[in-house]
Amino acid sequence: MAACYFDVDGTLVRTNLIQPTVYYLLNQGTPVQTALRVGKALFRAPRMAYAELLDRRTFNELLYSAYAGMSEDRLAVLADEVFDSVLKPSLFPAARDLVDKSKAAGHEVVFVSGALDWIVRRLAEHFGGGGVIANRLEMKAGIATGKLLKPVVAGPEKARIVRDHARERGYDLDDCFAFSDSYSDVPMLSVVGHPAAVNPDKRLALLAKAYSWPLFDLTAHA
Amino acid sequence: MNHPCLVTLERDSAPRTLFSGDRLVEVDLPVGTRVIYPKPPLEPLRDPDAAIRYALNHPLGSDPLYARLRPGMKVTIAVDDISLPLPPMRRPDVRERLVTIVLEQLADHGIEDIEIIIATGVHRRMKAHEIRHILGDRIFDAYWPDRLYNHDAEDTANLVEVGRTPHGEKLVLNRRAVESDLLIYANMNYVPMNGGYKSVAVGLCNYESLRSHHNPHSIRASDSYMDPARSQLANDIERMGRLAHEKLDIFTIETTINNRMFDRSLDFLVKNEDELSSREKALLKALVVSTAKLPQPARHAIFDRFPAPYGMTGVWAGAVGEVHARSVERNFEQYCVPIEGQADVLVYGVPYISPYNVHAFLNPLLVQVLAQGYLFNMYRGAPLVKKGGTLILLHPCTDKFDHEQHAPYVDFVHRLLPETRDAVELRDRYEEKYARDPALIQMFRTGHAYHPSHPFFMWYWGENGRQHLGRVIVVGADNEYIPKLFGWETAPSMEDALYRAKNGENRSLSVTALHVPPVIMGDVTVPGGAAG
Repeated sequence: MAACYFDVDGTLVRTNLIQPTVYYLLNQGTPVQTALRVGKALFRAPRMAYAELLDRRTFNELLYSAYAGMSEDRLAVLADEVFDSVLKPSLFPAARDLVDKSKAAGHEVVFVSGALDWIVRRLAEHFGGGGVIANRLEMKAGIATGKLLKPVVAGPEKARIVRDHARERGYDLDDCFAFSDSYSDVPMLSVVGHPAAVNPDKRLALLAKAYSWPLFDLTAHA
Repeated sequence: MNHPCLVTLERDSAPRTLFSGDRLVEVDLPVGTRVIYPKPPLEPLRDPDAAIRYALNHPLGSDPLYARLRPGMKVTIAVDDISLPLPPMRRPDVRERLVTIVLEQLADHGIEDIEIIIATGVHRRMKAHEIRHILGDRIFDAYWPDRLYNHDAEDTANLVEVGRTPHGEKLVLNRRAVESDLLIYANMNYVPMNGGYKSVAVGLCNYESLRSHHNPHSIRASDSYMDPARSQLANDIERMGRLAHEKLDIFTIETTINNRMFDRSLDFLVKNEDELSSREKALLKALVVSTAKLPQPARHAIFDRFPAPYGMTGVWAGAVGEVHARSVERNFEQYCVPIEGQADVLVYGVPYISPYNVHAFLNPLLVQVLAQGYLFNMYRGAPLVKKGGTLILLHPCTDKFDHEQHAPYVDFVHRLLPETRDAVELRDRYEEKYARDPALIQMFRTGHAYHPSHPFFMWYWGENGRQHLGRVIVVGADNEYIPKLFGWETAPSMEDALYRAKNGENRSLSVTALHVPPVIMGDVTVPGGAAG
C-alpha cells in the first residue's frame, strides 16, 4: 500500500489560491463590508505579488490575512458555493481519470494544498473521498484572526508534511506518488519514489525531463 | 552451390558495411564467414486497388464483403498502427488504399454508422499527422477525431469482457468493436508474427488480456516467434483470437509488402560489397564517413526523413485462418533464405529503428529487443546460431530515452534491471505494480507514451534469445554500464570480439552474419536434424 499525494491548484484545477479568496471577499454580508475587504486586499496586492516571487509561505500568510474578521459559520457556508462556483467548473477534464486510476491501483489518495481545508475537503468529496492536507485558519471565538495554523502548507514544508504522513501510515516513500504543476513543489516531488509533473510550469518541465519524471497534462480528455 | 543471397567471404573480399544504430561502419569479418543478404524485392502488384477489390469480392472462407452488408448496420474498421512497416511507407500507405475501398462499399450499401479505430493495443497513441500519413487526407478530414481515433486500453468505460478461453483467460476488447454488427480488420502483415488472430485479440484488448500470453513462458517456448507454426506465443494468442472470432462478426483483410526499404538511390546498402560499382562504392564510403562525423539528430534525419518505397505484394480477405496462411506464406517467400547448418558465432548490426521508436530515439531496451528478440528470431527450423553460441552485435547502446514515448522504460532499465535480469522474477515482482502506475498510465492515455507494461514485454521478447545464447558481445558501445546491465560484454573492435568468442583458444569458429536491414529470415536446416 502506498499514497498518491496531489497538489490541487494548477494540478487538478485551473484555479489558484487567489480565486477562492476573491470569491469570499466579494460575498460578504453587506456591500460595505465587501467594498472594505476588497479595498484592503487591493492595497496588499503589490506586497503579495512581491512575496510570491520570493517565498510561497509568506505569500500564503499575506493572502490569508484577508480573512481576518470573517466568522467561521460564514466561511463554512460559503465553502460549498466556492467549490461549486469556482473550483468545480475549473477542474481539468482528465483529473478524475487520474484520481480514479490512483485509487484503482490501491493507493490512498491525499490532496495536499495551500488552499483552505474547508474547500479542499469538498474537492475530496467530489472525487469520492481522500485524505486532506490543507491550510487551516486560526479561529478565536468563532472569528478568523487572519493567521494560519502551523504547519503552513507551502513549498518545502509540504515535503516534510508528506514525509510525516507516509511514516504515520506506514508507507514506504519509495512506493508513493506525488503530482504537481509547480516548481515550488519540487521538495514534495523529491521525497517520493514516483514524482510526476502535471501541466508543469517551464522550470518544472525542464527538471522533469532532465530526471525522466513522468510529465503530462490534464487539460484534455483522455 | 550457394543461394544467391549467401556470400562466403574470401581473402580478398571487401569489408562488410553494417549498421551500428544510425551509423554505417565497415567491419572485417574472417575468411569463410557466411554473409546472408536480403532477397531481391518481390514484384509489387501492378494495380493494388484492383487487387483489393478482387479480394473483397472473392474472399477466402467467407461471403464477399458486399454480401455481409445491410443498410443501417453499425460497422467498425480497425487498422494496424504505425509500428509497421519500418520505416513508414511512402503515401499512399496500404491502409489508405484498403480503407478507401472498404468505405466506398459501405457507402454503396447505405451504411453510415462507421468508426475507424487505430488498433494500438498497449502501444503509444498515434499522432494526428501519423494517422493522416497512413490513412490519407480524405479519410482523415472526414473522420478525425470523432469517428477516427486510437484505441484506449485503459478506458474502462469503453472496454468490455467478451468471455473466457478454455484456459480461463479473460478477453477484454474495445466496446465499440464488440458492439458493432461487423468488425473489419485492415492489416499490414510486415513479418510473419503480425496479423492473424493477433490483430483483434491484441490490437483492441487491454493490459489484463494481454498479459495472459505476453509473458516469459510463452516466449521461451517459441521456436521461433517468427514461425507461427512453432510459436507458443502465436498459439496462446490464437486461443484468445478464436474466442473473439466466435463472439464477434469479423471480416479480415491482410496485405503484404515487399522488402524495398531503401529508395533506388540507396539500393547499394543491400548489395554484396564485392559487387558494387565504383560509384556505389564511393557513395557507400561517403555515407560511412558522414554518419561517423554528423551529430546524432542529423544522422537520424537522413534515415527518418524519407518514407520507404515498399510495394504491395498481396492482399487477401475473408476468414482469418485462411487469409493469414496466405500472407504468412508470402512473407516467407520474401524473406526466407535457405541456410545449411548453424554457426558458432552470429553477427549483426543493430539498426536505428524498431517497431517501437518511430520518430524517436532507439533506447537501450529497444536495442536489446532487436538484438536478442526480433533479429535472433528471424529463423525457421533452427536458430542461426548454435545453443550456447555467441552473438556479436554492433551498436553504441547509448543511455538515452525519448521522454515523450519511452518514459516507462527509464525506470525499468535503471531501477529494475539492476535488481534482476530474470524475466520471470521481473514479471512476478514488478509487472503488475508498474502496469498500474497512475502517472505512467496518464502519459499513455493523454500523451504519446507506451503503456507502463510495455518495457516488461520488451524484456520478455528477448527471452528465447537470452536462454539460447551463451554470450553476447557488443562492438562499438559508447558506455560499459548498459551492456553490463543486460549481461553483455563489450569489445573495442570486431577482431577483439571474435578473439573473445574463441575464449582465447586457437580454434576456428563458424561465423554467420546477417546483412540487415531490410528483413531477412534464415530457413535453417541442420545436418542430421539435430539443432543445437
